[in-house]
Amino acid sequence: MTPPTDAPLLRLDRLRTVFPLGDGREAAAVDDVSLTIHRGETLGLVGESGSGKSMTALSIIRLVPAPGRIASGRIDLDGRNLLDLDARGIRAVRGRRIGFVFQEPAAALNPVLTIGSQIAETIAAHDLARGAAARARAVELLEAVRVPDPARRAREYPHQLSGGLKQRVMIALALAAEPDLVIADEPTTALDATVQAEVLDLLRDLRAKFHLSLLLITHDLGVVAAMADRVAVMYAGRIVEHAPVDRLFAAPAHPYTQGLLACIPGQRPGPRLAAIPGVVPALGHLTAGCAFAPRCDRRFEPCDRTPPESASIEPGHEMRCYLSGGATPLARPSGGRA
Amino acid sequence: MTPLLDVRHLVKDFPAGTGLFGRGGSVRAVDDVSFAIDAGETFGLVGESGSGKTTTGRCVLRLVEPTSGDIRFKEMDIRALSARDLRHARRHLQIVFQDPYSALNPRMRVGDIVEEPLIIHRMGSREERRSRVAELFTLVGLDPADARRLPREFSGGQRQRIGVARAIALNPSFVVCDEPVSALDVSVQAQVVNLLLDLQQRLGLTYLFIAHDLRLVRQVCTRVAVMYRGRLVEIAPTERLFTEPAHPYTKALLSAMPTLLPGQKLERIPYDASSFQALPLKGVASGHFAAV
Repeated sequence: MTPPTDAPLLRLDRLRTVFPLGDGREAAAVDDVSLTIHRGETLGLVGESGSGKSMTALSIIRLVPAPGRIASGRIDLDGRNLLDLDARGIRAVRGRRIGFVFQEPAAALNPVLTIGSQIAETIAAHDLARGAAARARAVELLEAVRVPDPARRAREYPHQLSGGLKQRVMIALALAAEPDLVIADEPTTALDATVQAEVLDLLRDLRAKFHLSLLLITHDLGVVAAMADRVAVMYAGRIVEHAPVDRLFAAPAHPYTQGLLACIPGQRPGPRLAAIPGVVPALGHLTAGCAFAPRCDRRFEPCDRTPPESASIEPGHEMRCYLSGGATPLARPSGGRA
Repeated sequence: MTPLLDVRHLVKDFPAGTGLFGRGGSVRAVDDVSFAIDAGETFGLVGESGSGKTTTGRCVLRLVEPTSGDIRFKEMDIRALSARDLRHARRHLQIVFQDPYSALNPRMRVGDIVEEPLIIHRMGSREERRSRVAELFTLVGLDPADARRLPREFSGGQRQRIGVARAIALNPSFVVCDEPVSALDVSVQAQVVNLLLDLQQRLGLTYLFIAHDLRLVRQVCTRVAVMYRGRLVEIAPTERLFTEPAHPYTKALLSAMPTLLPGQKLERIPYDASSFQALPLKGVASGHFAAV
């Protein structure tokens, strides 16, 4: 696809979200995260548990669970900083401008309301339609997410639906207020392979139909390959690599990204797999240098001292690693070739 | 050669609709399943949630009591064993569970968790058991000095190593691995898979490897069986299954595997669930059977 040239729909600038450690110190679950999403674009945010990918999403909609807090940075939606909004202002953004789809649809749906009334309620809450019009719109949405026999299904309760259908309902709810941006956090992780493929097909079609921007959070690089235009890889709260999807899969630059791609089964004669040694560091247990250094087989002298800054390896491809060339990111002209 | 494990016509019914307004009746979770596993194999069992693969694995160990069918392990008729003999037999047949967070007693020190099967089977003196636990910790890549810690002090991958150490404590020859890595982080999954493969080599283990990750199954299994709605629909040597699937459900399942090539949209083969028929397996090629 051609690179979008208009101003981004969403821009995170040096976002930092912290949690108190109990001893007076604070640990950053999200640290110095900058990224953009343009209209119609899908950004894949990839990471393992504890990488900060879900906390980044919760920060965007300002639902960071207490005692966590957003310490610094900007979150601009259409040029307006969401961190400046009062409680009422941010409520108007949630659902209306930004819709969300979570991993466990069962936990996100109200068990005692029919799915039709849940969708209609959301439509009414945003003053888009009421009464019979809202209910009719709910059925249309169920049809758009390819729920079979939508008029009948609208009268059913969540427990009457399979996991795949619940996730479709969740997507219909996310779309109910016609948001510009949908944040989908592991939307297919709980689903079986064939259902996952169907839900990804659906998301792809809806994205085109509604010209949606999508922030797709996942640990699954297969989902990223299928869906994303660009990819940001997170590790221990920081984005360690950021590239167009083709580039990331063809020429991953950060040792962590290389390791993640290499340990996917099916890429080398078996049965042993390539593995990254060690474990993901726990929040508050970071070393002074690069968070990945303890697991990295290419670490060298500067890695243990200071975390590397993000540096451009080529236009649109950045990484946070001393292997990118200079120890100081600004030593190279931006957009210069590696 | 007689197989190590021979399962014939396994059936498991669960009562359905029990409770206050129960209608009685039952649901057939495993329906006439037959397969045989040779010593040294890694036999993959794949299928979607609810297909009966986990129940099949548990029936084999009689962690779930089968409704009918035959289970032979070496010379033993597993279904005919008394409770006491079954406990004995479990020395040879073990299981690694999916969720390392719920499979370990949170109040027990991890060394005691690994030692417990040795105590139950009255193996060795206290001293001997302690040294066996240290040996097991080393074998699964943990520091024996950590045996005094509690499960919560370990990461998911380390907890799964503890689960593996417990499973191999009694020197079993057969281990059911029920989704052993699906709860783990991607970068840790490979470590645990490699551990299972190393242990197989060193200890001569045979695995029933239950998984939904088709890439992983293709990488580690020697043969693969596919389950759908409680039935086995296909069994074949791994590469044969992935390149020449015969059952329409297997074809649909394989076509849903995500590719790692960005932008490439694979042609998915749909499966019409209403066309499903409970057919017996028949040979379609050497070692390749399908319910078609």
